[in-house]
Parts: sequence; structure tokens; C-alpha cells
Amino acid sequence: MNKHIRTSIAGLLTSTIITGAAFAAGTHPETGEALADDQTFIYRLGDEHTSVDPQVVEDTYGAEIVRDLFEGLMNQDEDGNLVPGVATGFTANDTKDVYTFTLRDNAKWSNGDPVTASDFVYAWRRAVDPALSSPYAWFMELMSIENAAEIIAGNAPIDDLGVKAIDDKTLEVRLSAPLPYFPQMTTHSTTFPAPQKVIEEFGDAWTKPENIVSNGAYIWTEHLPQERSVRERNEMYWDNDNTILDKVVTLVINDENVALTRYLAGELDRTEIPAGQFPRLSQEHPEEAISFPRLCNYYYTFNVSDTGPEAFKDPNIRQALSLAVDRDIIAEKVMAGGQPPAYTFAPEATAGFTVPEVEMASMNQAERDELAKELLAAAGYGPDNPLSFDMVYNTNEDHKKVAVALSQMWKQKLGVQVELANMEWKVFLEERGNQNFDLARGAWCGDYNEASTFLDLLQSQSGYNDGKYANARVDELLAEAKTSDDPAPLYTEVERIIAQETPVIPIYHYAGVYMMDSDVGNWPVDNVEQNWYSKNLYKLAE
Amino acid sequence: MLAYSLRRLLIAIPTILLLIVACFFLMHFAPGGPFTSERPLPPQVLANIEARYGLDQPLWKQLWDYLYNIVVHFDFGPSFKFKDRDVNDIIAQGFPISLTYGSLSFLVATAVGVSLGIAAAIKHNSWIDYFAVGLGIAAQALPNFIMGPILILTFTLWLGWLPGGGWHGGQWQYLVMPVIALATSYMGSIARITRSSMLEVLNSNFIRTARAKGLPTRTVIWRHALKPTLLPVVSYLGPVFVYVLTGSVFVDIYFSTGGLGQAYVGSALSRDYAVLLGVTILYGALTVVVNLLTDLAYAWFDPKIRY
Repeated sequence: MNKHIRTSIAGLLTSTIITGAAFAAGTHPETGEALADDQTFIYRLGDEHTSVDPQVVEDTYGAEIVRDLFEGLMNQDEDGNLVPGVATGFTANDTKDVYTFTLRDNAKWSNGDPVTASDFVYAWRRAVDPALSSPYAWFMELMSIENAAEIIAGNAPIDDLGVKAIDDKTLEVRLSAPLPYFPQMTTHSTTFPAPQKVIEEFGDAWTKPENIVSNGAYIWTEHLPQERSVRERNEMYWDNDNTILDKVVTLVINDENVALTRYLAGELDRTEIPAGQFPRLSQEHPEEAISFPRLCNYYYTFNVSDTGPEAFKDPNIRQALSLAVDRDIIAEKVMAGGQPPAYTFAPEATAGFTVPEVEMASMNQAERDELAKELLAAAGYGPDNPLSFDMVYNTNEDHKKVAVALSQMWKQKLGVQVELANMEWKVFLEERGNQNFDLARGAWCGDYNEASTFLDLLQSQSGYNDGKYANARVDELLAEAKTSDDPAPLYTEVERIIAQETPVIPIYHYAGVYMMDSDVGNWPVDNVEQNWYSKNLYKLAE
Repeated sequence: MLAYSLRRLLIAIPTILLLIVACFFLMHFAPGGPFTSERPLPPQVLANIEARYGLDQPLWKQLWDYLYNIVVHFDFGPSFKFKDRDVNDIIAQGFPISLTYGSLSFLVATAVGVSLGIAAAIKHNSWIDYFAVGLGIAAQALPNFIMGPILILTFTLWLGWLPGGGWHGGQWQYLVMPVIALATSYMGSIARITRSSMLEVLNSNFIRTARAKGLPTRTVIWRHALKPTLLPVVSYLGPVFVYVLTGSVFVDIYFSTGGLGQAYVGSALSRDYAVLLGVTILYGALTVVVNLLTDLAYAWFDPKIRY
């Protein structure tokens, strides 16, 4: 495209944006709130995103951008419920291993081409293609798509993937096992469509703003790595008429305190609140400091494998340590951002998950401490023979505060000697993964909103089970839950066993703790996965 | 002098090669790899990724391929973390930024530091001297990671004069704070070195002779004292020049400049091997060149030195 044409197209776009901005200076069609003239949302990224290629992106920041640029079969609404995206709906066969999605007629790419079922077939094959070597290829395996595992292993051609375009608007997916929550998984960026022609034309450079073609509510217009990026309204998007926000800008600000300062100076509409500062900020800016539950947990895991300390093989000792942890102090005084204290592994916010009544939660801290002392004494530890072990966490100020608090609680209440050690992130992961630890920090954010995303970590064969906890009954229950129509009671039983055997010490569940400009409308605080879409946000008039 | 320079540049080749080899092995011996993550990848997925980037090859083969690609294609390889970019992209984007605010900081630090040092020495034991020494020590005690937050609080939050960060193609508003933050502590050191060196020179015999001849103070300072004074300053400035040119991770972090310092440290933490090596080579080459320039500059400052 020569420069002249490009300039005139840019001019054309600008003018359509101006004339097409029906909502600017208007009111919200549903709520009737007055809208700001400038519909621009600016937020902080703590680090540069890894990619905006839907099949390649692996970090949260990147996934947030990809969710705006591309649209998958299904979306989530403000509460995390499944709503139509490119697909208007789906049907499943009785055995729930064949799903058929119907695509809407008016879905278009930003270059005007229609979005077809083959765009999804191409993207999904691409995701498992060993040549692309996507770090999220495993997600297609997790989705149980037929032959995904064989293709990733290089034992089958990519054409064998269980996904087929019946016609332009009908997509059929065959699964290797029934999966009741399969449609929920199509909101994940790995499953978004990809523009074959553009990728073949530009290769790895297809995601650059000047080359990219996308089908979401926004297009990628500017990217200055480590500094900023801009995405703007996509006039071709099928629901463009209902999109209010015109422009979304990200600023990369690594230091969260600097980001807070820049927020307070009015440069940002949203930033994270550093640990411990929520109480002060919510007093000074009650309209702007917000906290809401998130789908993540924070815990310490015992090494119960052969390389772990002998003492940790005794569930009573593990339980004593867990009992002596005053979660209220950590949640309210150390983190102080509205994080709920945790007595179970899966967060209460998880969909369809009822927190079981574990004994510990119903006791008060004095009772817990008393029981902890008894348990430890019964196991033969006391002032003359103190229990001692090492605990490790990855280098970070917040983790350090929590670790120090824990070690002090154990020392004062139980006389336990704890040696603290911090490690750089990659070293920490390596050591923890190789069971070179006694007690190690862990945290997990749900890949999807279902309790198994957490509880599977304690399955004996799980690659994420770094403490090597193994309980045949837990494995059995988790396996059963996979295909059960009502897995909730199974999860409850798993949590009861975990509370009894204490392979991990749940400390708290995460909260999203933000400074959010009060002009920002409709931020989905009830979407615990924080899968937010800029097209659902708007800026209110001051 | 030409022969000397050529000889030095030839020696630089094995030096940089040694640097690459040492860095390559140190990097690979560090625990964890580019694809170690909290969610360990399934072995088959990991194998595909490693095959794609050649990480399944023996180390010597990886090193050989790496060097071959640099020499033959001037290709420093892909970034393992930022999948949409390669090392050449990252350096091409970050280095001009670091170079801009780095050389400005260098100029500011040198100009202000040398002037302060000279003024202090000439007006030895006067209020100017005390002021300059006080300022120098205060500046030295304010490294960029302290200056950064202080500047942002002052100029962005309280006064609202300057944007808190970003680059915007290097517009002046975005340059002021990074330059001050980076220049301040060097400025302090330069002022102190200049002052003590000048004091020593002013007490030497040839200056006394010049004064005895009846030369005006101005001539004594400019024609006779300045050059020998700057000799120790120049040897300090050489490494400082490389350091500021290659940017500063703190400046990049606090002011979101997008410079190379952040990319460098980030690549070490994420084990982004190719980026880490690429930037190391750039820093190594710059060090060699600047050291050579410093040595050549000596000859101009001190006529006794001949190459």
C-alpha cells in the first residue's frame, strides 16, 4: 500500500470514528448515564506482554489485549457467564463428546472478510502444530479435542485434529472424552480464530500493527515495546454499534509504586494497589480504591516426598503448623487488601463450589493454637526437642512479609525453628519442582472457573503437585468429578480430606485490589477470572 | 596511532569471543531455563518448543550455530519470551533510547561536574568550595533508584509539570527526569574528582612558575592547569560513558522509557538466552571501543603519552 493511499484511509477512518461515535457526548443506551466525550481507557501493565498472537500468547497481560483484538466462539459477561461471541450458540450430542457451533453471519475480520468456520479450524490446528510449538498447545489437550495429544507428540498430521468446518458457518468439534464444561473453555485466547492469509503473507511479523488483521472489537494500532500500546475501535466488528469505548491504551510501568503515583497524577484510569496500602487509599479515595475476590489461592506446600523432612510425613505435625497460622493477621494486617483468609484450597468464589465446613474454620484462633500445641507435643516435639525446618519463597517483598509473619507465629506459639530462604523465580521453580525443599510457597490462579482447576494440583500424578502428596481416595474422587454432572459433593469431600491431612497450608485467597477511576463504567468485579472485555466498558462524564 | 588503534581492535575480537563463550556457559549453567514456568509444560510441548529454538542440540552445537548466524547473517536470534520479536528488533528499538538519554546524562554530568569541581578548587575554602563539595556529596548519595521516585513525586504528583514516564519519541518533557536521575550521582563524583585533581595541579611547581611569570589567573587555569587536571577525570569518564550509554535498568523501570537496561535485566531473569547474549555482546563491543577512545584521549591530554 503506498503512502498516499494509507494516509487517505487513515483520514477516512478518523472521520468515520468522529461521525460514528454515536455515544460520545451522549448517554448510555441502557443505564442512561451521561458519557464522557473522550472514550479512552488507559491502564497499567506491570510488564511487557509476551505476544498478541492468540495461539502463542501465554501471559495474562497479553491475553487481555488478545481478548479485545480477537473474538472466540463464546465470550463471558460481567458475571463470568457464557454468552455468544462469534458463535450464536452450540449444541452437544447426548454423550457430550461432539459439539456443534453455529457462527453468526455478520462476523467480519478487520479487512472486511467474513469470519468462517475454517478460520477456527486453521487456528486450532495451528495451536497444536509442533512447527508453531505453542506453549499453550496443552490447552487443546486439556480440552480433550480428538487427536490433539497425538499431533502435539508428532504422531499424527495436524489435519487429524477433531475439528471440522461443516460449512462456512458451522463448526463441529469431536472430543476424545465427554467434557461438560467444554464450551466454557472456548473463551480462552488459544481457541480464537486466526487469519490464515495474513499469517502466511507476513510470517512471524503478522502481529505488528501495520500487518495484523483481527476480528475483535478493537484493532491494534500502535505498539512501542516496554512503553505503550494502543488499540482502537474496529469499524468492521459485528457489534460495533454497541461498543462505547473508542480507544484503549496500555502503559508499561514495572514499579507498582511509580504506577500508583502516576495514577494519582491522573495519567492512568486503573492500576494495582501495592500490598498494605489499601486501607490508607480507601480512606483517602473511597470512590476509587476497590477490592473484589479473585480466582487465585496463596498457600505453602509441604514436601511429603522422600526428600522431605521426616516430620512432615506425620499429618498431625502438618496440621499443627496449619492451625497455628493466624490467617486473619496475614489477610488484614500484612496484605490488607480485602483478601479472604483461606481454610480450603479452592476459593469460595469458584463457580458451583460450596466451601465445606472444615473444623478449623469454625474454631477461634486461641482454640486452634491450643490444639496445635497438643498435636505437636503428642508427636514428640516441645521446648527440649524443637521442630525445625527450612521454608522457601521466591524473591518478592510481599512474599517476604508473609513468610516472616508465618515463621514468627510458629516460633512464638509452638517454639518451632524456621530458616527462611528466598530464591530468584526460575531457581525457585526448579528447586520446588525437584522437591529440594521442606516447605515452599505456592499460588495458583484458575485456568477456568471450576474447582478442579485448583484441586487437580493435589492429584498424585499432577505435574504441578510439587509436594508429591498422594492419596488414592483423592485421585478417585477427582477422576469421578471429571465426567460427573454434579461434581460439587465430590469436591467437598476432597477438601475435607485435604483439611484432615493438610498437604498444604492455604493462607488466603486473592483479591483484585485496584485504584480505578470512578469514571470507568461497568468494570466486571463479579467476574472472578477477571476476563474483561473493553467493549463492555465505558467512560462516564465527570 | 593508526597502527595502535588497529592492533587494539584486532585484540578486541578474541576478547569478545571469550566474553560470548563465558556468558553462554554461565547462562546455561544457571538453574531454570527460558521455558521453566509455574505451570510446567507437558514434556511433549516442551520438546516441540526446544526443537524449534534448537535447545535440544548439544551445547557446543548451539554455541556454534549462534556464532555462525551472527557472523554470516548478523542475526542474533529470536527472543524466547517476546515471541513477536527477535533480538535485532529488541536492540534496534531499545538502544537508540538508551543512547539518547544516556549521552545527554553524560554531557550534563560532565559539564556540571567539571565546572563545579574547577570552581571549588579555584575558590578553595570559600563558600563556593563548601557549596560545591556539599552538592557533590549530596548528589553522590542520590543514586538513580532514589532519584527516580523523588523526581516523579515532585514533578509529576505535586507540581504536575512533567509526565511521570514514557518516551514519546524522546520529546523533551519525557527526557528531563531520566536525564537528571541518571546524571546526578555521576555529576557528584566528577565534581569531587575534578576538585581534588585541580587542587593538586594548582599546587605543583609548573603552575607556581606560570604564576611567577606574571600570567593572569585565567590563562594559568585554562592553558596550563586544565589539561593535567582532567587526566584522572577522563579515566573515570571512560567506563561511565559505557555505563550510561547502555542505559540504566532503574531509569527504564521508573520512567518506562523502553530502553535497553530493562530488556537486559529482564532477559537475565527470564533466561531469555539470545537477548541476554545479544545485549552482552553490544555492551562488550562498546566497552572495547570506548576504552580505546579513552586511551587515545590520554595522548591529547598528556603530551608525555605516545602511541
